[in-house]
Amino acid sequence: MRAYARLVARADGRGGTVLAELRGETPLLLRQTPGSGRAVTVYVVGGAAGPLAGDDLRLEIDVGPGAAVRVHTVAASVALPGRPDVVSRMAVRAVVHDGGALHWLPEQLVAAAGCAHLAESRVELAAGARLTWRDEVICGRYGEAPGGAVVHTRVDYDGRPLLRQSLAVGPGAPGWAGPAVLGGAPATGSLLVVDPSIPHETAAVEGTLARLPLAGGPATLWTATAADAHTLRDHLDVEVEPLLTKVE
Amino acid sequence: MATSSLLLLLADGRFPAGAHAHSGGLEAAVAAGRVTDLVTLEAFLAGRLATAGLVGAAFAAAAHRAVTSAGSAVRGSTLALLDAELDARTAAPALRTVSRRQGRALLRAGRAIWPEASFDDLPSTPGGAHQPLVLGLLCAAAGLSRAETAAVAAHGTVTGAASAAVRLLGLDPYQVQALLVGLASRCDGTAAEAARAADEPPERLPAAAAPLADIHAEAHATWEVRLFAS
Repeated sequence: MRAYARLVARADGRGGTVLAELRGETPLLLRQTPGSGRAVTVYVVGGAAGPLAGDDLRLEIDVGPGAAVRVHTVAASVALPGRPDVVSRMAVRAVVHDGGALHWLPEQLVAAAGCAHLAESRVELAAGARLTWRDEVICGRYGEAPGGAVVHTRVDYDGRPLLRQSLAVGPGAPGWAGPAVLGGAPATGSLLVVDPSIPHETAAVEGTLARLPLAGGPATLWTATAADAHTLRDHLDVEVEPLLTKVE
Repeated sequence: MATSSLLLLLADGRFPAGAHAHSGGLEAAVAAGRVTDLVTLEAFLAGRLATAGLVGAAFAAAAHRAVTSAGSAVRGSTLALLDAELDARTAAPALRTVSRRQGRALLRAGRAIWPEASFDDLPSTPGGAHQPLVLGLLCAAAGLSRAETAAVAAHGTVTGAASAAVRLLGLDPYQVQALLVGLASRCDGTAAEAARAADEPPERLPAAAAPLADIHAEAHATWEVRLFAS
């Protein structure tokens, strides 16, 4: 299946946010849900199983100056095998203008056995934009070895490279489960927080959770490996909740 | 052949750039109990080669390309962009610091050996330029090809950690060397992939990530006593 969805958010001039555009198609449907505060909340509702190899899904997000958006998904996305010799692809392209805020907080990506999935995100932040960006990968369903999945994230801040990372798991990624990459942990994820108003932090580590201040802008990357999806979410949630309640 | 000798010299761990002081993340992986024997060492080296090895080799190759094919006017700006792009691929501050420190050590050697080479094109980033960029310029100064440059870089990411393993775990050096021999074709493949990737614009260069490399590096940086600098 191929699907294209687009979300455009603008400040409403009264301290809130309106959706100037919200459209999608199966299996990439967007639904606004009632919320309070300055941000609008949008859920990505999967209209079909998958993604299956061969699917090509694209989502564009544009957050205007002073607008704020939270994006969630209703369920984990389970990458599954499909047509042979092709990949499933989920491409997200987001632009956040000065004073805008995007909180991308989807549920996990589960790389099921035999899948071939590519998640590609490209985010451009203007100076003064804020971002919360969570990526979580679960390597296989319960007791299962994963297929191939690559999560590629590119973020620019004020025209400078801020974060480039491409995490590959599965049979096509040498050593991915070994002690240099995931050390046998079936769950891994990161949370990128870009916020010019937050004071510069130092690096810190606790167990397999690290706080990493980035070089290219006012940003911190939290990165973690965990024994399961819940532990992983606990690691990353500790950091995200205060930010969301404080700011929006 | 002159080129072969220069390739061997640059790939040699005895090249005076302080490589022996670094374990490539192995010391922290050993302390975490993740690398304990030859089997886990092999998995470590394979993962390191596919992540830090590929990225480092691609940036060394791209820096080589910048100074051998770009006009002098754009060399500096291309190298500065490569430096920023490599920063964006190095989430852990401890790894950024280590890469710049190794770059400085390599640059000292480079300036002494090839005083006429154009090292001044490197960005004047605080802390010095990243190691793969300096390596790319050194290899270019030595007349090595881009493919050879990538090979030197990829080779360095596994041999440093492998020799550290002998010291840290007391492994049989013959067995560790056999392991490196077994990894040789994969190392060549990584170098070839990196050399090809250098044709891409800097933002599209490989960005293979390894969460534990970042986590281990920050843990290691807090130790008061350690055998290796990284």
